[in-house]
Amino acid sequence: MMDELDRKIINVLQSGFPLSKEPYAEVAAQLEITEVELITRLQGLLENKTLSRFGPMYDAQKMGGSFSLVALQVPEEDFDAVADVVNSYSEVAHNYQRDHKFNMWYVIAAEAPGQIAEVNREIEQRTGLKVFNFPKLAEYYVGLQLPV
Amino acid sequence: MDMKVQHRHPPLPEQVILGERDQALITLIQTGLPLSKTPYADLGRSLGMDEEEVISRLKNLIDDKVIKRFGVVVRHHELGYRANAMVVWDIPDDIISDLGSCLGQFDFVTLCYRRPRRLPEWPYNLFTMIHGQDRDDVLENVQLLVESCGLNEIGHKVLFSTRRFKQRGAIYRKTEMTD
Repeated sequence: MMDELDRKIINVLQSGFPLSKEPYAEVAAQLEITEVELITRLQGLLENKTLSRFGPMYDAQKMGGSFSLVALQVPEEDFDAVADVVNSYSEVAHNYQRDHKFNMWYVIAAEAPGQIAEVNREIEQRTGLKVFNFPKLAEYYVGLQLPV
Repeated sequence: MDMKVQHRHPPLPEQVILGERDQALITLIQTGLPLSKTPYADLGRSLGMDEEEVISRLKNLIDDKVIKRFGVVVRHHELGYRANAMVVWDIPDDIISDLGSCLGQFDFVTLCYRRPRRLPEWPYNLFTMIHGQDRDDVLENVQLLVESCGLNEIGHKVLFSTRRFKQRGAIYRKTEMTD
C-alpha cells in the first residue's frame, strides 16, 4: 500500500521532472528525503504497478504516429467473438466494453494514417459490422494531474 | 496501395519532423527514464551523445510539445480512482473550443477531444474522460461540469466501461541511429 511519502512523490512528479545533471537529487531535496530513498521508492511503485512508467509522454501525432478511437455496435451474443477479432490486431492499444448501444470502443495506434483505415476495413470485413471511426479533430488542454 | 485509403486521414499540419538523433533518443526513453544518479548522461552513453546534448534535445522536444509532459504516468485505478466514464457532449460547433477549454480545467477530466459526429447514429462531438472514486462520484463530477460550464441545454451521455480487454502503452517508433 502507498503511504504519505509515496503520495507526495507522485504528486510532485506528476508536474514534471528537472532537466539537470542530477535530477533525482534535486527532487529528493525538494521532498526532504535522500536521493537513494527517492529512487528506491520509484522502483517500488513501478514494480507494484502503481505507476505504469516514469518518463516522457509523447504527442504521437506530432511524431507522425496516428491514433483513432473507433466504436462498434455489437449484438450481445457476438460480443466475445468480435472482441477476439478486434484484440488480435497489435495496432489496437485498448478496447473497452461500455454500457451503450455503441458497446465496443477501441483505440488504434499506428505509425501511418493509412494503417488505421486498413485495420478498420479488415475488422468490418471479418465481423460484418459497421465501423464508426472517430479521429481526433482538436485537443483541449487538460491539466493531466490527479491529486492522490 | 489503395490511394483513397491513404488519404482518408492526412497528417495534421502541426506535425514536427524529427531528425534521427531525436528519434533515437525518443526510442530509447519511451519505456522510461533510467533510475540512476545521472540519467541523462547514462542515456547519452548508449547513444553516443554527451549529457548536454541529451538535455538540450529533451528541452527542445518539450518546447515543441512533442513531449507533452515529463514525469510519472499513473494508473488511476491503483490510486483509488476506481471509476471512470467516457462522457460525450453534443456542442454547437461555434462554441466548442470555449466549452472544451472550460471542461479541460477540472482535474478529474483527463482527456478532452473534439471528434466528428456520425449522424444520425451519433450526435456527440466532444469526448471527455471523467474520473472518480466510484460511479456516483463520477456522476457528481459530471453534474459539477454541467453547472460550472453552463451546459444545461447541451445533450450529453455518460458511458461507463463494463470490461477492459487490453491496455498497453503505445510504442510509437522503432528507429535506430545509423551514425
